[in-house]
Formats: sequence, structure tokens, C-alpha cells
Amino acid sequence: MEDFLLLDELLSDEERLIRETVRHFAENDVAPIIQNAYEEGFFPRQLIKGMADLGLLGMTLPEHDGGLGANAMAYGLVCQELERADSALRSFLSVQSSLVIYPILTYGSEEQKKTFLPKLMAGEAIGCFGLTEANAGSDPASMTTHATRVKGGWLLEGSKMWITNAPIADLAIVWAKTKDGVRGFIVEKETPGFTRRVIKHKMSLRASETGELIFEKCFIPDECYLPGTERGLPAALSCLTQARYGIAWGVIGAAIACFDTALDYTKERKQFNQPLAAFQLVQKDLVEMFNEINKAQLVNIRLARLKDQGKLTHVMISLAKMNHCREALHIARMARNLLGANGISLEYPVIRHMMNLESVFTYEGTDNVHTLIVGHHLTSHNSI
Amino acid sequence: MRILVTVKRVIDPYARIRVRADHTGVETAHVKMAINPFDEIALEEAVRLKEKGDAKEVIVLSVGSCASQETLRGALALGADRATLIETDEDLQPLSVAKLIQAFLLIESCDVVLMGKQSIDGDHNQTGQLLAALLKWPQATFASKITPQGEYLEVVREVDEGLETLCVKRPAVITVDLRLNEPRYPTLPNIMKAKQKSLAVLKASEMNVDLQPQIKILRVDAPPVRKAGEKVNSAAELVQKLRNEAKVI
Repeated sequence: MEDFLLLDELLSDEERLIRETVRHFAENDVAPIIQNAYEEGFFPRQLIKGMADLGLLGMTLPEHDGGLGANAMAYGLVCQELERADSALRSFLSVQSSLVIYPILTYGSEEQKKTFLPKLMAGEAIGCFGLTEANAGSDPASMTTHATRVKGGWLLEGSKMWITNAPIADLAIVWAKTKDGVRGFIVEKETPGFTRRVIKHKMSLRASETGELIFEKCFIPDECYLPGTERGLPAALSCLTQARYGIAWGVIGAAIACFDTALDYTKERKQFNQPLAAFQLVQKDLVEMFNEINKAQLVNIRLARLKDQGKLTHVMISLAKMNHCREALHIARMARNLLGANGISLEYPVIRHMMNLESVFTYEGTDNVHTLIVGHHLTSHNSI
Repeated sequence: MRILVTVKRVIDPYARIRVRADHTGVETAHVKMAINPFDEIALEEAVRLKEKGDAKEVIVLSVGSCASQETLRGALALGADRATLIETDEDLQPLSVAKLIQAFLLIESCDVVLMGKQSIDGDHNQTGQLLAALLKWPQATFASKITPQGEYLEVVREVDEGLETLCVKRPAVITVDLRLNEPRYPTLPNIMKAKQKSLAVLKASEMNVDLQPQIKILRVDAPPVRKAGEKVNSAAELVQKLRNEAKVI
């Protein structure tokens, strides 16, 4: 897509280089294999090493914690370029970075940081995040998974549902109720009493692996309790705020892929002796898509600078997650329509993005939840 | 071995090219730019030679506008040790560029200059050859394989007849072809590190080099749009049309 508003001028050389490098990776290493992965329903494991080698995992961590000290803009651009290839890639990065590395960095002990962060950043260990349960989605406070204090640790009981990366994870960040409130734990895959089940029959995010985490009298030693999670549920939610920031960027990548495909397609395909792009109704759709992408990108660039200045609020992120998911899904559906019958074929990326975005629209806070977060901010009435 | 790699900022090979309304050249404002692909291959080769321990240092040089600093930052992220921009807003011709590189080599002594065989904008394919002549150094062009052997470099060249193997004594100028290697993409840690590497800026006008153009561009036009083909019913008709209408046989 052309840089219509010359937004590149708002980026540094370094930020542009990072975007280009990830775009190359997405085009050369991801694009050729992702359609098959989606069709067959698996996450291409070799991409983990690819992402780790590029330095994407934990890139925003400060240098003294082994990260690169990359800024929020660079991270956002990475999310955008990965999701341009497929939402599964960005989902992987969101989970590994925002939902696993971030809580260990923020709530973990020095010992936990030393043990887990290097492996997670090198892609040698994969993490997942267990908050959602079968009966606790938008209302995580109603979770039933609980941890009981026992000698030398905790006994974990319950299950978590719809967990991205669960089937491929080496460890899980698990949130459970204790008598003092919700707390976070690191659960390693070999822990006795911890099992996982793959969720099959998904029609969306098929190149991402989703599963269920089951804990049956699962003993968690004290070393695996996250000491900084004493704030309770807000500690878990602050991880989601980080992830939602990446989603706001990512979905626009998917939207750009759909727009680019639709623009090329409608310029090429002829009906009634003229290209589809010459029809007024088609142009109206293309312009609407283009317009929404440009607006969303401006919002994202602003969010990134605010994040680096420490001024970004969770409400701002909610507004962007809500708007961008809504628009990206709408754009994907319009592109699907513009491609006619070809729009339903996986030979084109559009239907894959469209199906993926149905998940992204719902996960990490549904459209309704984000609407009500912004509504609460406006009116001071909490209606969630 | 100390290698100088020259890089040029050109229009991205995948960008759409538009001729300027006044026909003085092609539109470069707000067009996506990139490192000249052949130069990227030259740089990759230099970095590999350094990684193998054959080269001690890789210096990158660009002649161009201030915006070329971005291209040099990219080159530093790919593994060059330091960079210099010889800044000019003029679109210099190959002889002037070769003279500027020659002047630069008086400041920074290098024993190999690795260059792309041509830049994809001007397509001159002259700068390397002109530079070798100015320096009175041996040259090997269109390299598809480079192997250091002591004071010599063995270079396999792609020529019309096939592959030719040359041995050139250092210091030498080598221009590279497409099949020499496949450039890596810069990793994020290297992009971040590139910020700390030195990027010096010199003014082309202060290099004591004659920058007067030798060639004047009169007019630039887009290639004519290809006319639609025509279906013929028989081989005989095809031959007749090729002979009488197209006049190619």
C-alpha cells in the first residue's frame, strides 16, 4: 500500500529498517508456507527460530535484562508486518512477548527472570497464558481455577480454555484464585498433574495452535509463584493491555494485505469490458478501505509515541483495539466480496485473514468489552 | 584486507516508476527507495569475507543526497563497520562518482573495492571500470565467486561464453553480479547496534574533484505501451505477417 500520508516521515531510519527486515521475513519465510499451515491446521515451528534469530522475541526488554531496548513503535511495526502475513504469527509474538515475557519481567523474581527470560527470548522455550476459562471469558473474576497453600508451594486445581500456543508451550503463566485473591504462577510442562488438550475444529487462526490447560492436584513449588502478582487480577489485566497494543497494530497489517490484494485484483479483472476497479461501487469500497487504514495507522503511530513517553492509558488502547479490529474485519469482508468467487479460495490471502480476524475481534477483550471500557471512561458509569 | 563497499540509494526495484511531468527524469519524491540490489550483494560478500577472517574491516561509502544516510545505516546493520556519505544533491554521472571514490581512497586506504556491477537506476555499468582505470588497479567485473588467495583474489566471472576465472592482484576493483550470494536481512540487534557505528559526512563539492557532467540528458520518456497481439489462423499466415507487416524475417 502506498504511503499516502507520508507517515514514513514520522518514523526514524531505525524504525523503518526494522519494519523492512520483518517484511522481508514475512514475505520470504512466512508467505510461502502459511497457506498450507492454515489448511492443515498447525503452527510452522521453524518460524519460531526465524523470529528468535531476527531478535523479535522480547525485543522491547531493556538491555540489562537481555533485550534490545527497542521502542514501542518498532514493536508495533513488527506486529503489523507479521500479521500482514498471518494473525497466527502476531498472536505467537503477542503471547510470547506480552503475556509470558512481560509478566515474568514485571512480576517475577530475579531468579525467575534469570531462569526463564533467556530461553524465552531465544525461542528455546515457548510460553502460553492461562486466564480464560470455559465459563470465565469477559468476566475473568468468575474464574474457578484455584490454588491452595500447601507446604513448600501451592496445589493448583482447575482448567483454562482457548489458550493460544498451549499445545506447543513449554511453560504456562497461569492465573488462579487463592484465599487472598487472584495470583499468577509459572507452570512448566513436566509438572505432574498438568495436562493439555488440543482444541480442534477451529475455522479461524488455523495456523496457530490453541488448547486447554488442565490442572489436577498440580503441585507448584514456591519458586514458581510470581511474587509481583499480589495486586491480584489487575496484574493479569495489565499483561492484556500490552497484548492489545500489539493487536491494534497487527490487525492493520492484515487489513493492508486484504486491501493490496483487492486493489490488484480489481485492477486486473475485467467484466463488462472494463476492469472492476473502473466501477464506481468498487472504487467506493476501495476508498473506504484505504481511508480506514490510513486513519488507523495515524492512531497507532500516536499510541506508540505516547507509550514510549509513558502517557498511554489502557482506555486509549481499548479504543484502538476496538476500532482497528472492527475496521480490519470490515475491510477483510469487503475484500472478500471484491474478489468474488476467488475471495473464498485460500489461493488468495483474503479469506484466511477474514477468518483469522473473527478471532482477533473477540480475543483479548471483545468489541463489546472495549466499547464499555471507553464508555466507562466517558460517563464514569461502569456498565461491565 | 580492508574492503570498501560502495552503495547507492535507488528506487526500490518493486516500486512503480513514473516519469516526471517535465520529462527531465523519473519521479523520486515520495517513492520507496532501497539499497541498489547489486550493492547489497557486494556488501554481503564483504561481510562474509570479514566473518571468515579474510577481511579486517568493511567500510561502506555512498555518494548521494542526505537521505542516503538511511541506506548507509542499513548497510551498517548488515555488518559494515563504518560508513561515509559523500553528500551531493546533484545526480552525478559515473565518471564523477569514480573520481570521488578515488579521492576517498586517498583518505581511507583500502585494498579491495567491492561494487555492484551497476545501479539499477542509471544502468550505466561504468563506475567500477572507470574507478579501476583511474586508480590503475586490476579489475574483475560481474563476479559470481570470489576466493581470496594470499595477495590475490580468484574471481569467477559470468560472461557470454560461460564462466571465466581470473586471478587479480590486490589492490583491485571487483564488481559483482546477481548470483554471487544471497544477502541476509539485518537482524534487530544489528539494526540497534548500527546506531552506535560511525557515519561520517563529507561534501562532494569540497573533495577537489571535477563534478561537471559529461553527458546531458535531453529527455526521458516511459517505454511505449505494448500493443495488443493478434491471433493468426495458420503458420503460413504467421510467416506472411512476420515477413510483410512486422518485417522481422
